[in-house]
Amino acid sequence: MGAAWRSPKPWLFAVCLLPLGRLLGLGATGGLGANPIEFITHSTGTWALVGLLLTLSITPLRRLTGRTELIRYRRMLGLFAFFYAGLHFVTYIWLDQFFDLAGIGKDIVKRPFITVGFAAFVMLVALAATSTHAMMRRLGRRWQQLHRLIYPAALLGVVHYGWLVKKDVTQPLWFGAVLALLLVLRLPWSRNALSAARGTRDAGQAVKAAARMPQR
Amino acid sequence: MLIRQSGDVPASEITPREIYRERRRFMQGMGALAAGALLGSAADAQAGARLTGVRASPYTLNEEKTPYRDVTTYNNFYEFGTGKSDPSENAGSLKTRPWTVAIEGEVGRPGTYDIDTLLKLAPLEERVYRMRCVEGWSMVIPWIGFPLSQLIRRAAPTGNARYVEFVTLDDPGQMPGQRSHVLDWPYVEGLRMDEAMHPLTILAVGLYGEVLPNQNGAPIRLVVPWKYGFKSAKSLVRIRFVEKQPLTTWMRAAPREYGFYSNVNPHVDHPRWSQAKERRIGEFFKRDTLMFNGYGAQVAQLYRGMDLQRYF
Repeated sequence: MGAAWRSPKPWLFAVCLLPLGRLLGLGATGGLGANPIEFITHSTGTWALVGLLLTLSITPLRRLTGRTELIRYRRMLGLFAFFYAGLHFVTYIWLDQFFDLAGIGKDIVKRPFITVGFAAFVMLVALAATSTHAMMRRLGRRWQQLHRLIYPAALLGVVHYGWLVKKDVTQPLWFGAVLALLLVLRLPWSRNALSAARGTRDAGQAVKAAARMPQR
Repeated sequence: MLIRQSGDVPASEITPREIYRERRRFMQGMGALAAGALLGSAADAQAGARLTGVRASPYTLNEEKTPYRDVTTYNNFYEFGTGKSDPSENAGSLKTRPWTVAIEGEVGRPGTYDIDTLLKLAPLEERVYRMRCVEGWSMVIPWIGFPLSQLIRRAAPTGNARYVEFVTLDDPGQMPGQRSHVLDWPYVEGLRMDEAMHPLTILAVGLYGEVLPNQNGAPIRLVVPWKYGFKSAKSLVRIRFVEKQPLTTWMRAAPREYGFYSNVNPHVDHPRWSQAKERRIGEFFKRDTLMFNGYGAQVAQLYRGMDLQRYF
């Protein structure tokens, strides 16, 4: 048991549940405001995007810090992004449209912001469905190709947000800026720069460590 | 002979915003002194105070009113921020006394009205109206006010007055949202003369029996119940009678999305979302949006023969 508590994974899992806990708490105390359905829709959508950006930040962070174990949290973050996107989608289908399938179909075809949001969700479904070890083994090289879908999914998610707001695009622009940064950090030259940054720091530590070595 | 175009005012001759604002504040101060001498304190007319002598009006609705709390905490009033709760949180910095409204342009009797004069201009009446926001939600609000036509008759518009322009206060010191450039300040709205004269169009000074809360557009605002909410400009400082159709703030911000008329119309979608349905605040199921927000019997004739897909 001790080992389980020392592992950060259960803690991360609990932290990822906080946004849902907050919604449930606010719902129970009447704190969702005058338009609760809008509140839930916006909140779950926001956390889906945050989850996607966190998932995409693992690889650059790993390169920068050299801590390969970070990869172990990537799948959980990705699945939580999917979890909140799923809640967002269900809120729309159930609470917002109340299963008005004709209306939903029309929305998906006619409203570009819903079209791109739906497309992003479909991609996340594919990624979540193939997230197991078994699927990884089965798909082999193609698994990695398939999972590059996270890039268009995140991009469409941000566009979905930007197209839906009436005028104040400050928040969508912030999400867009962070996403752009995370994508730029994947370009070959910045990848090398990240590794080099770690290299010089590691080299510096090596020198310091050497300096602390007792003189013979 | 060279005739200078009237649009050619050199930048050096335009009064800077800070100076005219300062001037306005000075004049407001003088107005307050004068009003104070005549009426005693005007401070008792602050938000939340009961309005007395309000009579009922035939313009009421058999629909449940939206709770006071929702009407006063879920607002679009970008002058105080773009979040729905920003206005109720930030509007405390708005000073509604002293306050004047300038009546200008194509009128026989231009002038500047003190807010306390406006409050006595016509008998106050309660009007329970539907309010449909362009975003797809709606409320039922018991406004208190008087017909705009009363003020217009007093101003005696000339034959050239074909439109009326409404301007909201422009003062980032009192309206923190104006420090952001999300819209071009000041907020400008407009109506055609016959829309402005229509008996449903009112200047509201209160709601739920009380002086208008700041976040709802104190001390005086327009209410045009058959148009999307943003047409009903808040915290008015200027009403201008003009010959040409005013360029409103939202038309300037997104001309493809917001037209001059902006009548509630379930058949003309916003380019990015449907307008067929709305969520009445406090209700779970969406309801169908009504043509002219349910005021078709009173206002449809204003638009007879007009292509409402084009003049949206």
